[in-house]
Amino acid sequence: MKTIAFHFQGYRDLPDDFNKRYPSIWVTPPNDELCDPEKVGQYFRWNIDELTLADELGFDGVGINEHHQNGYGFSVSPNLIASILANRKSDAAIVVLGNTIPMYQPPIRVAEEYALLDCLSGGRLVAGLPVGSPMDNVGCYGNPPTLVRPRYYEAHDLIKQAWTRPGPFTFNGRFTKLRYVNPWPKPIQKPHPPIWLAGGGSVETWKFAVDNNYTYSYLSFLGHPAAKVLMDGYWREVEKAGLDDNPYRAGFAQIVVVADTDAEAERIYLPHLRNFYAKALHIDPGIGGVPGVQTLASYKHGLETGASSYRPGARPTKPEEMTWKELTRDSMRVIGGSPDTVVADIEAAVRNLRIGHLMVLMQVQSMDNELTRYNTRLFAEKVLPRISGIWDKEGYVDHWWPQGAAKTSRHLAATKTGAGAVR
Amino acid sequence: MNGFEVTHLPHPGGFVANPVIGKGSGRPVVCLHGLFGHEWGGLLDDLATTRQVVAPAHAGSVDLADLERLDGIPDLLLYYDDLFRTLGLDRFDLVGHSFGGMVAAEYAATWPERIGKLVLIDPLGLWNEAHPVADHLLSTPPVQNAMRFHDLANSRVAAYLKPPTDPGDIQAGLLRRFLVLASTAHFIHPIPERGLRRRLRRIAAETLIVWGADDRLTPRPYADEFAAAIAGARLEVIADAGHTPQLEQGTATSKVVRNFLG
Repeated sequence: MKTIAFHFQGYRDLPDDFNKRYPSIWVTPPNDELCDPEKVGQYFRWNIDELTLADELGFDGVGINEHHQNGYGFSVSPNLIASILANRKSDAAIVVLGNTIPMYQPPIRVAEEYALLDCLSGGRLVAGLPVGSPMDNVGCYGNPPTLVRPRYYEAHDLIKQAWTRPGPFTFNGRFTKLRYVNPWPKPIQKPHPPIWLAGGGSVETWKFAVDNNYTYSYLSFLGHPAAKVLMDGYWREVEKAGLDDNPYRAGFAQIVVVADTDAEAERIYLPHLRNFYAKALHIDPGIGGVPGVQTLASYKHGLETGASSYRPGARPTKPEEMTWKELTRDSMRVIGGSPDTVVADIEAAVRNLRIGHLMVLMQVQSMDNELTRYNTRLFAEKVLPRISGIWDKEGYVDHWWPQGAAKTSRHLAATKTGAGAVR
Repeated sequence: MNGFEVTHLPHPGGFVANPVIGKGSGRPVVCLHGLFGHEWGGLLDDLATTRQVVAPAHAGSVDLADLERLDGIPDLLLYYDDLFRTLGLDRFDLVGHSFGGMVAAEYAATWPERIGKLVLIDPLGLWNEAHPVADHLLSTPPVQNAMRFHDLANSRVAAYLKPPTDPGDIQAGLLRRFLVLASTAHFIHPIPERGLRRRLRRIAAETLIVWGADDRLTPRPYADEFAAAIAGARLEVIADAGHTPQLEQGTATSKVVRNFLG
């Protein structure tokens, strides 16, 4: 299994009474009241430090994503941070999940920037092409809900053509008309960097992943038991299309916190987890549930299953009072505890959902740099060696891994060379 | 609404059939609904006592796939023009509420000779930075309701908003809401203004503007802007009403509209 150290890049010092004072962490939290540029400089230096540490410690990949006007993550353009990671001498994959392409006009910009990242990193780029959230698309960037998916499909088509066809050629789309498509450069990876999709459970995205033989990652904070119904839906699409059940077709994001013992983990991390579940998922349901981003089919499916990342179900009713047991056992929203506990819970989650790409979130909202480094290091030293062999004996091959990144587990090499030693 | 017939009218552009509701006979009056669907209170019944009432569904609100071939207001106007021609409507009166008011004003500005009398009830279509149109789309139903009505305790409003009890009706209501909000937002999100202000001068129809005095979705200053921009337009402000005066103050609204249309 591949393990990717994934970073939200959020605001670490939201006020204690945030939920009472503000209706939403996304789209409308007033910037002048809440977002101090000096602090943001510090956070981003920490983010880069924490991702760099994960690279040094032998995680298979480092991962970032794109959100806007959002207290739990405002990476804005993930390519900015990806370029810093790409400049390091390393064989870790750089998983950019993604650029949310319905929001770029013209989207040829994404083809160019991803290609440049692929060149700079020596072919280590995972080119995530997610549809993006309603909050970012409809709230922050003003896309009419009904145009999010049409823009997505067209942008995807343009980007893929730009990478695979000799330029210059013309592209006459509904939204984008370009006389000369001829990006400099094209990516190192041929025919193009692996394209990963990510979503919150839309039926159409599963279908699109299967039709294109892409890998699909489910990003939620619900825990694997609740994610099961959605991932099963994806696997049914895979099966219907006659594709194999290779677990590398699927990814999953999971908050993971490790300490020497379960009790120690509870003591250290519980306040941060409560804080995260209280504030990060505090999204105005009027914004999260905007009609029309989903197709009618997905909306009906959601009504029937009640499952979606952005619906009230994603957020516990009294997150600030949640117990360690509720978080890590009852719901399994969080995997946390001693290395033994974490290894066992990860293996159960990964096998339950059939996950080949595990994205571990080790910096949770208010955690400072020191604690994040501690969590990351402990995970790398005590957990990573024991989970990287999952799926090895079944013999699955990861066809969706970048050509320039290490094919086999990196943490062994990191251990041998001492690259993981204290800096 | 009583005694209305729904005709699923084929559309020559290959769009799905439009469920046009109709009643009465006499000179035709076309009614275009607003952001939340057909919300006419008793207005259509009152008009149908002397007139032929024709009320189509908004384009794309039956099947969102239709929107793949409808980019912007010009396409939408042609959609309706095709529909009106199919109905054999040459010159007619036009009533539009809310979003439908914006479409009606655009239509009357595009084909001034086709419209006899024009009634705009709390229309969208203009933007005034000092009095922004509320963001109905990114709001929960309770917040939307507060935007839509002056007084939620008004018995007609309360009855209208009372949620159904049958699970099938609940589901059908959610799907209708989903479709009409998505298909109207297609043309106006994130700001319901597409240049109508510079086209209003072309309207030749005799025009009545009706406004709920306490409209929190399209605030009252827009009434004066429409009245000033359309030559000879009359303004009637309905007391104790919000964005949907025909529902909240049905009698008063029907009276001014019928007096005007004749």
